[in-house]
Amino acid sequence: MSAATTASTATPGTLTRGEALRRQVDYWATVYRRTWRGSVVSSFATPLFYVLAMGVLLGGFIDGDPDVLEGATSYFRFVVPGLIAAHAMQTAVGETTYPVMGMVKWQRIYDSMLATPLQCRDLVGAHLLFVLFRLATTCAVYDLVLAPFGVYGSWWGPFAAFGAQLLVGMAFAVWVYGVSARLRSEEGFGVLFRLGVFPLFLFSGAFFPIANLGEVGAWVARCTPLWHGVNLSRMFALDQVTWWLAGVNVAVLAVLLLAGWRWAVTGLERRLVS
Amino acid sequence: MVTDQSSEPMISARGLTKSFGDFEAVKGIDVEVRRGEAFGFLGPNGAGKSSTMRMIAATSPVSGGELRILGLDPATDGPAIRGRLGVCPQDDTLDTELDVFDNLFIYGRYFGLPREEVRARADELLEFVQLTDKAHAKVDDLSGGMKRRLTIARSLVNRPDLLLLDEPTTGLDPQARHVLWDRLFRLKQAGVTLVLTTHYMDEAEQLCDRLVVMDKGRIVAEGSPLDLIREHSTREVAELRFGIAREGETHEALAAQVANLGDRVEVLPDRLLVYSEDGDAVVAAVQARGLRPVATLVRRSTLEDVFLRLTGRTLVD
Repeated sequence: MSAATTASTATPGTLTRGEALRRQVDYWATVYRRTWRGSVVSSFATPLFYVLAMGVLLGGFIDGDPDVLEGATSYFRFVVPGLIAAHAMQTAVGETTYPVMGMVKWQRIYDSMLATPLQCRDLVGAHLLFVLFRLATTCAVYDLVLAPFGVYGSWWGPFAAFGAQLLVGMAFAVWVYGVSARLRSEEGFGVLFRLGVFPLFLFSGAFFPIANLGEVGAWVARCTPLWHGVNLSRMFALDQVTWWLAGVNVAVLAVLLLAGWRWAVTGLERRLVS
Repeated sequence: MVTDQSSEPMISARGLTKSFGDFEAVKGIDVEVRRGEAFGFLGPNGAGKSSTMRMIAATSPVSGGELRILGLDPATDGPAIRGRLGVCPQDDTLDTELDVFDNLFIYGRYFGLPREEVRARADELLEFVQLTDKAHAKVDDLSGGMKRRLTIARSLVNRPDLLLLDEPTTGLDPQARHVLWDRLFRLKQAGVTLVLTTHYMDEAEQLCDRLVVMDKGRIVAEGSPLDLIREHSTREVAELRFGIAREGETHEALAAQVANLGDRVEVLPDRLLVYSEDGDAVVAAVQARGLRPVATLVRRSTLEDVFLRLTGRTLVD
């Protein structure tokens, strides 16, 4: 009989948050090694096409009037910071829809994890840290690549915009995670993409100033979480910061992030620990 | 009164209940499992076995009553309990994207085992479940029996004190079942406490020192397989095959003619089962009374007879 199969006192202990996350590093590293090639197109190529098509080709037909373009001197400079923020939202949604449902329902990896000392909050935490890593790599590459093209108005602009992009991405990640943990069928994702993600992507100020939506439309846009991220990212990128407004943007996204964390953890607990 | 650790129950449940809304899946059961024991939960679908197992695995909160696992309360010490349990779920829940070795390696890391340690254990366990030559195969390429063995290997990676097996051999062919039983016997001999649920009565008779039969959320019998057979059945059963009864008729009339030949007679669509201490004497008496069954069979009573008597023959989905 091998030593591995004899009874003995096994690993004890109640885990600290940090320890629980460390124990999942190998799993998520393996996931990334397996999936990074596939994510290259969606993370880097697709948004690059948007920048080229909207920022350069379409932007060539639009006057670079700072009064109209929220302080930007060209449509390219206007659209890029918003586009990266919107892309952060899309990346976050992509990482917290099908992957979460797969781990809950199809492969049931979470079930196997919950048979170990790990708890739901540990699983959610590690999964969302992986999403943060994906957002950070995607947005950092964009911010760095576009820096030489005169998008940023200050040396600190890319760094602050990067923070705004991570914040808005994570605010979406926690809420969509909570939805995915509760959904019984993947058909719900179709509704989420068509009625949630796509309209937000188009109408939250990433592609045009929200003033173009009229007074009521602009206020509706200001109520969307993506607008707060787009506005923050753009203000920092252009170095045209209205600080009280930046404070409001950060506060809204931070509240969404904290409340969404509870929504995500309770969603997984209700689904798997009943 | 339990005093020393070696005789402290591994599982102790008193009045244990589990409810899902208005539905009560487990209705106040008392269970005690001792160290080194192989203990079984038997019951038809919906009997409450899996709900009980999930509470024991500290992954489903207790609705009522008292439950102690390894002397700890799952409500407050869930992670500590799970650190000492091995769980082999009904569905394998293996990561099909990983190879065989990585399934063990990654799982071992969840228990906080150092990488070198978990690599060594993974190698040992693959040998134990006879999968060493498949170490770098994809899980999807394994047969059902191999996946099951891998799941059992995974459940042993933390060297558990208590191994929970939920229907460990369901869906496996006879060869795979026997290989698995052999591995479980070895674990039992090594002192691992086994708790299993099963639909297979031969499996329960082979593996379990003691078992409970559950039905509709309650325990309806408890004891060793032999004790249960003695208590709820006779030594032998004479099966008298008369062919399928004609439409609108049953074999009740025939049953009346043999009723006094055994302790009990059960009427099935194609045969009568006469429960008696001496099956051959029953068959001889049947012939003497001029009855002519198409075929007869005398066999020992099994746990299946007990199970069907206690839980009925009605199909439960």
